[in-house]
Amino acid sequence: MSSASRFTSFLKLIEGPQTLGKGPKFWSGFGVVLLAACAYPFFADSYDVGNNVYFFNWLFMAMGLSLIWGYGGALSFGQTAFFGVAGYAYGVLTINLGDAYGLTLISLVLAVGISALFATILGYFLFFGRISGVFLGIVTLSVTLVLERFMAQTAGPEWAIGKARLNGFNGMGAMPSLTIPWPGGNIVLYPDVTLYYVTLVLLLVCYLGLRILVNSRFGNVIVAIRENPMRAEMLGYDVRKYQLATFVIGSALAGLSGVLYTSWGNYITPASMGMTAASLPIVWVAVGGRSDLTTTLVGTLAVLIVFQSLTIYGSQYALIVMGTLLVITVLIAPRGIVIALLSPFMRRKSKLEGER
Amino acid sequence: MEFLYSLFSFFYQFGDAFAFLVLSACGLAVIFGMMGVINLAHGEFILCGAYVSTSATHMGVPLPIAIALGSLAAGIAGMIVEVVVIRPLYKRPLDTIVATWGISMIVTQGTLIVLGTTMAGSGTPFGSFSVGDYSYSIYRIVLMVMALVTLAALWLMFTKTRFGILARATIQVPHVAEALGVNTNLIYSLTFGLGAALAGLAGGLYAPTMTLVPTMGAAFMVEAFVTVVVGGADIFLGTAPAAVVLGFIKASLTSWQGQLAGQIGMLIAVIIVIRILPRGISGKILKERA
Repeated sequence: MSSASRFTSFLKLIEGPQTLGKGPKFWSGFGVVLLAACAYPFFADSYDVGNNVYFFNWLFMAMGLSLIWGYGGALSFGQTAFFGVAGYAYGVLTINLGDAYGLTLISLVLAVGISALFATILGYFLFFGRISGVFLGIVTLSVTLVLERFMAQTAGPEWAIGKARLNGFNGMGAMPSLTIPWPGGNIVLYPDVTLYYVTLVLLLVCYLGLRILVNSRFGNVIVAIRENPMRAEMLGYDVRKYQLATFVIGSALAGLSGVLYTSWGNYITPASMGMTAASLPIVWVAVGGRSDLTTTLVGTLAVLIVFQSLTIYGSQYALIVMGTLLVITVLIAPRGIVIALLSPFMRRKSKLEGER
Repeated sequence: MEFLYSLFSFFYQFGDAFAFLVLSACGLAVIFGMMGVINLAHGEFILCGAYVSTSATHMGVPLPIAIALGSLAAGIAGMIVEVVVIRPLYKRPLDTIVATWGISMIVTQGTLIVLGTTMAGSGTPFGSFSVGDYSYSIYRIVLMVMALVTLAALWLMFTKTRFGILARATIQVPHVAEALGVNTNLIYSLTFGLGAALAGLAGGLYAPTMTLVPTMGAAFMVEAFVTVVVGGADIFLGTAPAAVVLGFIKASLTSWQGQLAGQIGMLIAVIIVIRILPRGISGKILKERA
């Protein structure tokens, strides 16, 4: 096979049995949405645009959870642990290294790497101990809760890494934003139109990359493991390695969310790893439809926007609405609201029928 | 003499940690062991027990009765939750986690809205006694005794009473139990209610020693989880020995480095234990016996 045809067959994986949406209809719809997203800053105040990048920041974590939970069948409640670890790592690194020479970008890579390393260590014990789905959830949840409590007590001056004070419960602030070195002046990614486009591109790359990943051989194996771990093992796959790899990729995405969030707000607190924070990704992904990347994206955006507007108009009821939404989704539309709404229109699509 | 004093101090801390682990975990363990459901609203049943018993104390009800009331309220709440939310989900254990988490969010935030950010506590009863240079709370000793009493009562309930035998039969082979005329749905409800009532008991017992806030359930969660994970599905062969081991780890680390170190140490111990004993202590014991 020539390298060119290998490349095209690689690109063809962008649609396949593990993802909803294929053919010209889906991709033209996708193009329209993408164009609308690109055009949005021309019609809105740049301050609002910068603020709305907030929504994009979370989508990476949601897609990572969709990969681990929806595709891999392993319910992790502790994605916020990796979010927080990467966020704090980014803060500590950039405060110490500064923002010159693209060092913030190196910090980004390092911070995501640290969260991936953390996920590898934790995942090794979890998956190589072959613990069942239920225990995985509670151990990951315990990890994130203990991390929150640990960070919350780092208030004293003795809790500092280099120049970076951890600041306990109040959280760490004043780290530089991501900065792209550029001839004729660095581009500092403040919450602004530039950051919006950078995040959008990053999102697009991750989304398409994940589509290729789940339709590749690797993706098919992790779905096979979700459906029946014993069968996958009998067919000769080392279930533990595939699960660990999925967990690390998903957690690295949570870490990416953490870095982007920290750089966006120049701020990270222990509460970002707490009980409430940990429950929200579950709500987004479960409500949207965890078993597909596209429905996860759509659902997460929708829930985030609803949650945000609820917080503005009746902050205290927002969490109650989220909890109710979660319970109702699980009881009535276990595959997610987006899929439940779509399914009457897509009766002939085999993916919907074929799933559990 | 000095040595004996510090030995007593260590045993007191160990007993305290053991009691906390047993009481906070046994409700979770009953529900998980008997039904395979991890109840993430466990902390909220504890909250329910704590709030109800404290309100009752404020109204002049004696403490033991107030605690019983708290436990009863949590038990009834648990049975309602079982019927409405858990029952449709028995075939999907992962979804029960998600659904109970939804309940937990609703209850925590609902309590915050209705009852405010905090509730006046009732104060720790019984005063203290001193051994050597340190003074110890008598109520903590009561809690240790209560932990042992609870374990004994559960053992009697599951081995000697009709409910216990029917419950175990239902858990082992549901359709045979049903064919023999056991109302399995009722058994599931009662078991879930029992687990919730035990959580409420823990809440009621610890309410006098804690600050009452809507998120107080979370303070019990990590301990309860790790105990159940280490213990596995059986209360007597799992939860109790796990509480001994973890209580020892927690007490040593706490007296050495402070409370947080105790918690972190426990969590690390758990992560290592599941690598070696994936089905917990009871899984190991039962496997070797079989």
